[in-house]
Amino acid sequence: MKVELEADKCVASGQCVVAAMDVFDQDDDGIAILLTEQVGDDQIDDVKEAVAVCPAAAIRLVGA
Amino acid sequence: MAETVAGPAHDVAGTAPEFPMPRASGCPFDPPPGLKELQEQGPLVKVRLWDGSEPWLVTRYAEQRAVLGDPRVSADTDRPGYPTKTSAEAGEGKLSFIMMDDPEHARLRRMVTAPFAIRKVEALRPAVQRIVDGLIDDMLSGPGPVDLVEAFALPVPSLVICELLGVPYDDHAMFQDNTRTMVRTTATPEERGAATREIAGYLAGQIARRLTDPKDDLLSGIAGRVAAGELTHGQATEMALLLLIAGHETTANMITLGTAALLEHPDQLALLRDTDDPRLVASAVEELLRYLHITHLGRRRAVTADMEIAGQVIRAGEGVIMVNEIGNRDPEVFEAPDRLDITRDARRHVAFGFGVHQCLGQPLARMELQVVYGTLYRRIPTLRLACALEDVKFKHDAFIYGIHELPVTW
Repeated sequence: MKVELEADKCVASGQCVVAAMDVFDQDDDGIAILLTEQVGDDQIDDVKEAVAVCPAAAIRLVGA
Repeated sequence: MAETVAGPAHDVAGTAPEFPMPRASGCPFDPPPGLKELQEQGPLVKVRLWDGSEPWLVTRYAEQRAVLGDPRVSADTDRPGYPTKTSAEAGEGKLSFIMMDDPEHARLRRMVTAPFAIRKVEALRPAVQRIVDGLIDDMLSGPGPVDLVEAFALPVPSLVICELLGVPYDDHAMFQDNTRTMVRTTATPEERGAATREIAGYLAGQIARRLTDPKDDLLSGIAGRVAAGELTHGQATEMALLLLIAGHETTANMITLGTAALLEHPDQLALLRDTDDPRLVASAVEELLRYLHITHLGRRRAVTADMEIAGQVIRAGEGVIMVNEIGNRDPEVFEAPDRLDITRDARRHVAFGFGVHQCLGQPLARMELQVVYGTLYRRIPTLRLACALEDVKFKHDAFIYGIHELPVTW
């Protein structure tokens, strides 16, 4: 599956990094960045958690 | 009885229940029973405030997140319908970006997000551990009982935020006393104004000094924005004030409330005390944030355009209050929500709010609480209250719920 991140919406809470450290990181200002767009089956639960806890609704999980 | 979502908006005007509501005696860790009853009535219920206004209380988790994440609600306290907490608050100036809307909110907030990035916060963990260990050493080397607020809970976040901002901790008595006045709901507008002016004047001076003599701290970063013409000196001072006071009463009260709650739940305390698994400590922090909740007066917003939530139309110019305290006890989201269980996955709680205004300092608060909860009870395994729980004075009279004094011994 594919992760989409709208960095313009990000409020630098860092909760995506806590939930899925292999998929998300932060730039020097704390704004989220994607380490990978494609996530494996073993990462999907963590990314779903990141989607759920992101306060800015800036993350989406798309695709089959 | 309360007006519910099913009823017309105005036929029972003047009969809405008052908010805030009292807690049940003997249940200092649970939300007021009246709030739980409102939650059962519906997701949106009208309540009556100190000034007679009747905003909507949003009672359930899903609706609270929806409203807090909606751009049609405003955090601007000057907007029509904004539900103020007290007459003193109604007459106050802006506390920087937490009382602004995007895009100005986002512009200002992004100026100070850098030190709260996860990696930067993690880099501070050893320093926080030293602070916590040092304060515990001091407690253990002196006689008990001590007031855990003064000896430990307040100094931990105060030392950390002073270090981060670059404010000399030697001045802590001044800003701790004034912060206490600022968060007291019974303070008069004059008292709150004077307290705010004293800290603001102090911080304005600190920023002015850094304009000519910058250091490696957050205040110098803020001063740099003034030099670059991105902030006025007044805006910079408001921002520094927000960061300084936000770190104090919040984390300190989570430390004392968490300790008192754990002492009342010895099985949970034992789990935490006997573990060396940082994941269980982190899990305990999330559960205590969910279970306890210090922002008992709710997150407040003014609606700027008609919007429909849970089938109810909320009109532009109406106020909304999200009491995350009961959102975190919503049985639709958390199984057996009134049980303290540090092993549950509580990460989706809304203790830090939700939406673009979600607490900026949350990674720092989490890390500090992990160090505190992971250290205090292991280092002092015989820690106990030095008075009956009934004699502990809880902060019903403050914007931030917590404990005035917590006498402990060991």
